Amino acid sequence: MNDHGPISGGTCRDTPVLRERGQREVFCGLTGIIWLHRKMQDAFFLVVGSRTCAHLLQSAAGVMIFAEPRFGTAILEESDLAGLADANEELDREVARLLSRRPDIRQLFLVGSCPSEVIKLDLDKAAERLSAAHAPHVRVLSYSGSGIETTFTQGEDACLASMVPVLPQTDARELLLVGALPDVVEDQALQLLADLGIGPARVLPARRRDEAPAIGPNTQYALLQPFLGETAAALDRRGANRISAPFPFGEEGTTAWLAAIAAEFGVDAKTFEAVTSAPRARARKAVAAAAATLSDKSVFFFPDSQLEIPLARFLTRECGMQAIEIGAPFIHSDLAAPDLDLIPEGPVISEGQDVDLQLDRARAARPDLTICGLGLANPLEAEGLTTKWAIELVFSPVHFYEQAGDLAALFARPLRRRASLKVEAAE
Amino acid sequence: MKLTVWTYEGPPHVGAMRVATAMKGLHYVLHAPQGDTYADLLFTMIERRNHRPPVTYTTFQDRDLGSDTASLFKTACQDAYARFKPEAMIVGASCTAELIQDDPGGLAEALGLPIPVIALELPSYQRKENFGTDETFFQLVRHLAQPMERTERKSVNILGPTALGFRHRDDVTEVTALVNDLGLDVNVVAPLGATPSDLTRLGAAHANVVLYPEHAETAARHLEKTCGQPWTKTVPIGVGATRDFVRELSRICGVETTSDETRLRLPWWSASVDSTYLTGKRVFLFGDATHVAAMARVARDEIGFEVAGLGCYNREYARPIRKLAQEYGVEALVSDDYLEVEQAIAAAAPEMILGTQMERHIGKRLGIPCAVISAPVHVQDYPARYSPVAGWEGANVLFDTLVHPLVMGLEEHLLTMFREDFEFSDAAGPSHHGGAHKAEAGGQPPDPRSTSGKMKDEELHWAGAAEKELRKIPFFVRGKAKRNTEIYAAERGVSEITVETLYEAKAHYAR
Ligand code: SF4
Repeated sequence: MNDHGPISGGTCRDTPVLRERGQREVFCGLTGIIWLHRKMQDAFFLVVGSRTCAHLLQSAAGVMIFAEPRFGTAILEESDLAGLADANEELDREVARLLSRRPDIRQLFLVGSCPSEVIKLDLDKAAERLSAAHAPHVRVLSYSGSGIETTFTQGEDACLASMVPVLPQTDARELLLVGALPDVVEDQALQLLADLGIGPARVLPARRRDEAPAIGPNTQYALLQPFLGETAAALDRRGANRISAPFPFGEEGTTAWLAAIAAEFGVDAKTFEAVTSAPRARARKAVAAAAATLSDKSVFFFPDSQLEIPLARFLTRECGMQAIEIGAPFIHSDLAAPDLDLIPEGPVISEGQDVDLQLDRARAARPDLTICGLGLANPLEAEGLTTKWAIELVFSPVHFYEQAGDLAALFARPLRRRASLKVEAAE
Repeated sequence: MKLTVWTYEGPPHVGAMRVATAMKGLHYVLHAPQGDTYADLLFTMIERRNHRPPVTYTTFQDRDLGSDTASLFKTACQDAYARFKPEAMIVGASCTAELIQDDPGGLAEALGLPIPVIALELPSYQRKENFGTDETFFQLVRHLAQPMERTERKSVNILGPTALGFRHRDDVTEVTALVNDLGLDVNVVAPLGATPSDLTRLGAAHANVVLYPEHAETAARHLEKTCGQPWTKTVPIGVGATRDFVRELSRICGVETTSDETRLRLPWWSASVDSTYLTGKRVFLFGDATHVAAMARVARDEIGFEVAGLGCYNREYARPIRKLAQEYGVEALVSDDYLEVEQAIAAAAPEMILGTQMERHIGKRLGIPCAVISAPVHVQDYPARYSPVAGWEGANVLFDTLVHPLVMGLEEHLLTMFREDFEFSDAAGPSHHGGAHKAEAGGQPPDPRSTSGKMKDEELHWAGAAEKELRKIPFFVRGKAKRNTEIYAAERGVSEITVETLYEAKAHYAR
């Protein structure tokens, strides 16, 4: 449908970024625990925080995973705030109790929160101490998912970054994929790479601690998600080399991502064509079905997950939409560049947020589709705007060829729904 | 430090949000980091509100700490005032801001805004959501309400309904009808739907109806002291409680007791013979104290259940709940640890749970049906239809609510008759639920097919009389009865099924 050649004229890479510093309407990094704890099957995430943190996790998780989950919150109480020595002792006790009840747990993450950061509870030290106490069966690491330091998906970034220093060393020239994807999608990616003759590829995070990848100066790594800047920096420090590419959303993104890896591993053009042509055709066909609804519609992104830029690239180039504003909570310019390069100039690129000002802009622009968080979606719908809640983009399988159609359909569904309903609101 | 997986109550500032979101013309400036904005989704998604909660979060970050979080707060207050033009503002700190001690109250006061600005002290590390609603409402009332001349006609205020409450919207309609039946006017309903200026008129009422004590008791006590208003102690949930409430309200207002009970159906529904099977069903109640206390009475005295256990998560009401439990001959469970609640329920092994969304999940896991009777609840418990639990219609709704999860009477008999049938069994759940309710683990009877795989049709023969007898069984279970009997026969090597075999099979599968 679209030709995916280079863009003549300006691209969004040259667009000056509108930086805003007002009220933000986004989750904190703790939220990543919701999918990370499903991904790593022998890991437990222990937030050291407040009742608010526990309530956030519960509200974000909904009731989908009500079975006793592999996460919990050690809620700080008045007595813990009085003296720090106490808090550490209490933490040791809670961890010991938890691990004795859950012998299946092989890795424990102590996750810092705003309260633990503000009272300067040293969770790195606590992790070292607890690691020594519970080794070799359990390894304890720590990272911060606090709202004063991390926004939504940055929690996953902080978690993966905390694992990098303890990965074993290797000199093998191997491919490492970085990012927590649903297993089914990860398996698809590994199969595509295997078909290209690249492999065995490793994945961070591994599903189990025993399967953790080894890395070193010959590791070539490719990010699966755009929000993994800290993890990339940590891998770079271990001497690994990042393969820069657009992110694997849609047919074009997936092809460009695979092509960059194929080039690094010297896969010839014929093999590449043979492996990708069938899934490419399938993906195009599936996207086209939803693109009929999306084509020529305008889209406005509120900042949420840092997926906004690659998704805007997908929607504008593969689905024929027009972006009005692409808001991201944080833009890691190196990682975003390949996608920004592909988006023709025009949309506002904003970083950070002042939610009331941004709402004013959205109301003035009246986009056909607004991508936003759960707190804003219904109020905007009530104002007559069609919305798509962004969190679903992080929770559902949307990467690579076979999900390209599903990804487009996620955006098309709200538009189709609005068109099909024949009831006006009362009053 | 206490390890928590799921919580019944959020932090106290979420309680303050429930009050602010229920009201109109009030704005809440909350000193909090960005992640705390998740609380908006409780209102916009779970309760399906079509407006953002009237809350400005300062969303301070790491880099602001120690330098200018205080000025951030002041700017946020000024901007919120300029943009939303509220009649009054409440200001406070979330758990993180409490630690950095910026004193939101003092900072806001220094701004000299031309509206009442009320500072909230909500200790996040000691108290919880229901304390937050009660304290916030109390502070608003304390600052805004004054003694004043009473309304000419006798009137009452209805206090306690908030945003994110369990059926609060519809309870207000029902209770308003009860009040009007007595010839009384409703002066102000608050917090739900009230503006700050409405709160200044609270003093004009002759008495207060306290619909949900956990949200309004402190305010009611304050109004009693300052404005001399008596308040009701009975929560009108259930038939008996509603009658008591009408009597109590008429007594404190000095009017004749009258109420129009024509819409009330619970007593007959309960008396009708189909309900016989409800007798003595063992139920476990858990939730907020108000709803648990009211529902316990409904369950035992109005539906004929046996209370097998009860408890509440809001410790503020531990004493009355313990006393109540004593009256019911059970031990009260006062806890906000859902694992403990699950243990208690498993130990009591009730036939039904009346609880919150947590108990709904506990029930799912244990294979026990559950009706939701108390906050916290999930999106499916905010129904589009009119569905109060207070007043006369509330009693009708409760009959339906408490009976719906159970297997119907006739169905139960048939289950008893052929209880190990693989399609038509206790484990398959009530037939009117489309098989949605199933125990998640364990408890299922073995599939009869798997125990008798060798059964062959030609080896079995139904005698004429037995076949005739079989046809007397209602059609919708006949096929299953036939199969059960054949399995029974095959397992025993019986080749001709007689009437006797049929009844032996029945006896075999009966409880
Ligand atoms: S923003 Fe901070 S205090 Fe709030 S939930 Fe996240 S980590 Fe906890």
